[in-house]
Amino acid sequence: MSNKEKHWEKTKGNMFLTLALWFFFGYIIFMFGESLNSASFLGYPLAYYMCAQGSIIAFVIILFWSANRQEKIDEECGFAERGEDD
Amino acid sequence: MFKGKFIDNLPKIYGTYTGGFLVFIILMAIAEQAGMTAKTIGILFVAFTVCIYAFIGWMSRTVQVDAYYVAGRSVPTVFNGMATAADWMSGASFVAMAGGIYFGGYTYMAFLIGWTGGYILVSSLLAPYLRKFGCYTVPDFIGTRYGGNLARFCAVVVLTLASFTYVTAQINATGTIAARALSIPFELGVWVGLISILLCSMLGGMRAVTWTQVAQYIVLIIAYLLPIFWISNKGGYGFFPHLMLGEEVARLGELEAQFGLVKNAAADVKAAGVPGGLKSISLPHSEVPAGGMAAWKFISLVICMMVGTASLPHILMRYFTTPSVKAARKSVAWSLFFIALLYTSAPMLATLSKLSLMDPNLATGIIGKDISAVMSIDWVQAWTAQKQAFIADFNGDGVLQLNEWFMRGDVVVLSTPEVAGLPYVISGLVAAGGMAAAMSTADGLILAIANALSHDVYYKIIDPKADVRKRLLVARGLLIVIGAAGAYIASMRITSILGAVAWAFDFAMSGLFFPLVLGVWWKRATRQGAIAGMITGLASGTAYLIYVYPKFMGNPAWLGIDHLRFGIIGASVCLVVMVVVSLMTPAPDSSTQKMIDEVRIPSGKTILGKQH
Repeated sequence: MSNKEKHWEKTKGNMFLTLALWFFFGYIIFMFGESLNSASFLGYPLAYYMCAQGSIIAFVIILFWSANRQEKIDEECGFAERGEDD
Repeated sequence: MFKGKFIDNLPKIYGTYTGGFLVFIILMAIAEQAGMTAKTIGILFVAFTVCIYAFIGWMSRTVQVDAYYVAGRSVPTVFNGMATAADWMSGASFVAMAGGIYFGGYTYMAFLIGWTGGYILVSSLLAPYLRKFGCYTVPDFIGTRYGGNLARFCAVVVLTLASFTYVTAQINATGTIAARALSIPFELGVWVGLISILLCSMLGGMRAVTWTQVAQYIVLIIAYLLPIFWISNKGGYGFFPHLMLGEEVARLGELEAQFGLVKNAAADVKAAGVPGGLKSISLPHSEVPAGGMAAWKFISLVICMMVGTASLPHILMRYFTTPSVKAARKSVAWSLFFIALLYTSAPMLATLSKLSLMDPNLATGIIGKDISAVMSIDWVQAWTAQKQAFIADFNGDGVLQLNEWFMRGDVVVLSTPEVAGLPYVISGLVAAGGMAAAMSTADGLILAIANALSHDVYYKIIDPKADVRKRLLVARGLLIVIGAAGAYIASMRITSILGAVAWAFDFAMSGLFFPLVLGVWWKRATRQGAIAGMITGLASGTAYLIYVYPKFMGNPAWLGIDHLRFGIIGASVCLVVMVVVSLMTPAPDSSTQKMIDEVRIPSGKTILGKQH
């Protein structure tokens, strides 16, 4: 397998993992909103909390985490950009 | 000129700007104590901020193509995040979101999830690859990846339809706020708003819009957060409201049980003469509605808003301006961080505002009190006079019930400082924030349409030999024409029939999502497939909208897919048609395949040259 193919396989893996987490926080938990709401977090009903803050915070964390992971993949395969850092 | 130095000095420049703005707020507060009228404060707030944006717009003027279209690809990660956040959070987010939660509770909050989660799709599927491609506009990618003017043109049509649906609502919002703050008629306010918007974008294109959007973000986030923290501390709800309003949310549940959530019959509301657009609370604040259908309605709305987010060109094009692919990816994360600051605060504002009206134990509470006493409160009189609030004593007992108090959603943000007894300077600040939010989004949208028409239709299709001077002249001319068309429609006050902001998301996802994503992720996708997908996706989505929207044909929604969710139909048709047609036509040639390979790795040159 060429370096490019390896890089793309890993990139795809990162994408699917990211989207799996996204699917969990964006959809799965709200399929069970009704039962989730009987639990509480910080005094808020849990489904309400996830909607108001929890999932949104999770999305931000997922984005930073996934971007860092992708940067490592690019480095590893030698496709990171050079000399045009921000 | 000052560019290199300017970029290095950004933190200092915007730090000074933020400090200056805070000093301005303090000066206004002192002036208020010294007896300056509320009207003058309102005018000063809006005029001062708009003049600053115009100044930034003037300083960022340019005669270079890549500066005009993609801000010279030199916008640092964090600042691009701020600019995107301002680009994203519209007048609707700023003034209407808390109101939506106030009335819709948990069910409305599907918008919060949809309008944030979409950024994960942007980051993992599109932004870094489009940045590597090096396109100026979204149709530029479609046109080059699939080849041919027809594909490019189809993308321009979808872009224009989606963005224009959105932009009239934004110009409408700038008009409303300008009219209120400057005490001028709405029709005039719309044109004042438009001129302010064009001042920011005309001379410098994307570069000017970027730097004004950063300034606008700073104003709007201060204007949104300051009142929430102030009210929360003043009312003793906790010094950090986001973590400390659990009891208040529970209390709202008790009050809902006490007063009862009654949905008024439409006939009663009409008979009582309630002005259009006003609502009463009839949905629970934090309770999840029971049943599978309710869960599906929540989730289907989330799908539409998320996929729509990832297809809206004015957002995608913000990531063309970063210095590198890596920076584009990080910049998406920063965007959502800055957006989350406002979005996680909106439910808190809705909670505080609802509680201050509903709790009879509080001095500010009006529900359960005598109507005659409520009618004598200053702010109630002011808002009812403007037809933004209304009292209808359905049961004739002289006591205000929960279902007898009607209000427009916007009033929640605009009136809360007043209701909570904060000084007027805060209301002036909120007006400036709303103006900033509406202007920044309108700017981004108008620029997206004008750039697509000038770059993709004029330069790429009509006159490929046009020189730089002529191209930029056309781009600026189109900016004025599109802005004027939007303002004209807004001034006719027919925006209500143009439908909801949500339609823009549905249009965009119907026509653009799969052609964009498969363009990167599926080498086998062909030109014919993409064209067929865009046309059938947009057509079927639009046809379903006409079929289901109450003001058009008004047929019953299929599987709960109503006019807010028609993108599900459009995007599904687009996907199926695109895959089937692609497989029926010959695979793309080897140079296209190679191009896609190049797009998938961050290093190396962009596909399209720096100037093209």
